Amino acid sequence: MAEEVKLFKTWSSPYGLRAVWALKLKGIEYESIDEDHDNKSPQLLQYNPVHKKIPVLIHNGKPVAESLVIVEYIDETWKQNPILPQDPYECATACFWAKFGDEKVLPSIWRVFIQEGKAQEELLGQAMENLKFLEEQLEGKVFFGGEKIGLVDIALGWIANLTCMLEEISGLKLITQEKFPLLFGWMQNFVCTVFVCLNPKPTERPRQLGGLQALDY
Amino acid sequence: TTKTLDCSAATKRLLQEMAGEGVKLIGFWGSPFALRVKWALKLKEIQYEYLEEDLPYKKSDMLLKYNPVYKKVPVLVHDEKPIAESLVIIEYIEDKWKQNPLLPEDPYERAKARFWAKFADEKCVPAIMLAFRTTGEAQEKAVREAREHLKTLESGLAGKRFFGGESIGFVDIAAGWIGIWARVTEEIAGIKLIDEEVALLDTWFKDFLELPVIKECLPPRDRLLELNQGFHKMLTAAST
Repeated sequence: MAEEVKLFKTWSSPYGLRAVWALKLKGIEYESIDEDHDNKSPQLLQYNPVHKKIPVLIHNGKPVAESLVIVEYIDETWKQNPILPQDPYECATACFWAKFGDEKVLPSIWRVFIQEGKAQEELLGQAMENLKFLEEQLEGKVFFGGEKIGLVDIALGWIANLTCMLEEISGLKLITQEKFPLLFGWMQNFVCTVFVCLNPKPTERPRQLGGLQALDY
Repeated sequence: TTKTLDCSAATKRLLQEMAGEGVKLIGFWGSPFALRVKWALKLKEIQYEYLEEDLPYKKSDMLLKYNPVYKKVPVLVHDEKPIAESLVIIEYIEDKWKQNPLLPEDPYERAKARFWAKFADEKCVPAIMLAFRTTGEAQEKAVREAREHLKTLESGLAGKRFFGGESIGFVDIAAGWIGIWARVTEEIAGIKLIDEEVALLDTWFKDFLELPVIKECLPPRDRLLELNQGFHKMLTAAST
């Protein structure tokens, strides 16, 4: 039976990109449907009535929502190039760090950039503590997934794009080579891999956002 | 012969693994997150050592060692390897011990189950907790949101007896405890969260919580009420 895979996303959302990276890693052909944040299509609202958000993956007409749920679905449906480790303990560890990224790291970084003065200093401490945990996890590894990109790399990939953008806009440098050498190196490796290895022939000009290229195709 | 000894050592190890030897659960009697891990272990018939933390005011060195990131219960420790975050723990239990599966086999059904467990944790629970610790207009808003999210959760049941179908599964274990804690919240905070507007959800809560395997693990209601009354006093005093 011919597979029909569609992905509802926006051009800039890091959550949508997670699904893109997972599909690209597996070499799965899919149709991309770019939504307008301020003008959501009836199809999106029909496929994700609960959250009314992207990304939504449609596989042979069946919708899957929530980016990390989508990534796990992709991994369980298409067995080539596994994203999650086979070993139950390593799998649990990967899920733990992906969750940590969403529940702690992302909000703490966001809060730093939207505050000023004394409040910002305090929030900076929290963000740095969270980043230190991630730095420790990269010890002896190229990617969080080891030699190859895995769930945690996909889940944290937004750091490579969003953090740089926020740093450029606010002038505040969070992830530097001095403070977080492993994370800094990981960001470079990750960007290289998603641009070069996953997309050797971009079909359209990369979009610009605040002087930086969006990690999208 | 040596070969026979090797085989029997391997079999012994396998039997130990299946029984859950070397499994410890660090929890707190008043924590719903520890409770749902207990349910998962019980449904899988895994033997384990339970270690009670003297919460809410003290955290043991052991807890801080095994969960340095969040410093919270529950933590599952298997052969000295710790796992934190209750839904991550439950998925580990599901992955490691194949008997009595909690998740369906089909990837799409699994994705649906994960979606609803996430929805309960990320939408229903925070709204109920906010309604618990606020007063006045802020509380009214939180109550409205909590009721809305519970209505949405009900839609996930889709006419089934349990989220798992005829028998309980991942979502039932993940969200069933809300039936108790929401009622405790209602009593203490003087609000209404579950009523005839979510009659199907209410029935599901009742059916789930009456199952012997589930009921046996529940903390005594009066103790839970007392514990949460204490929290309520503290939290509402802080917000005024």
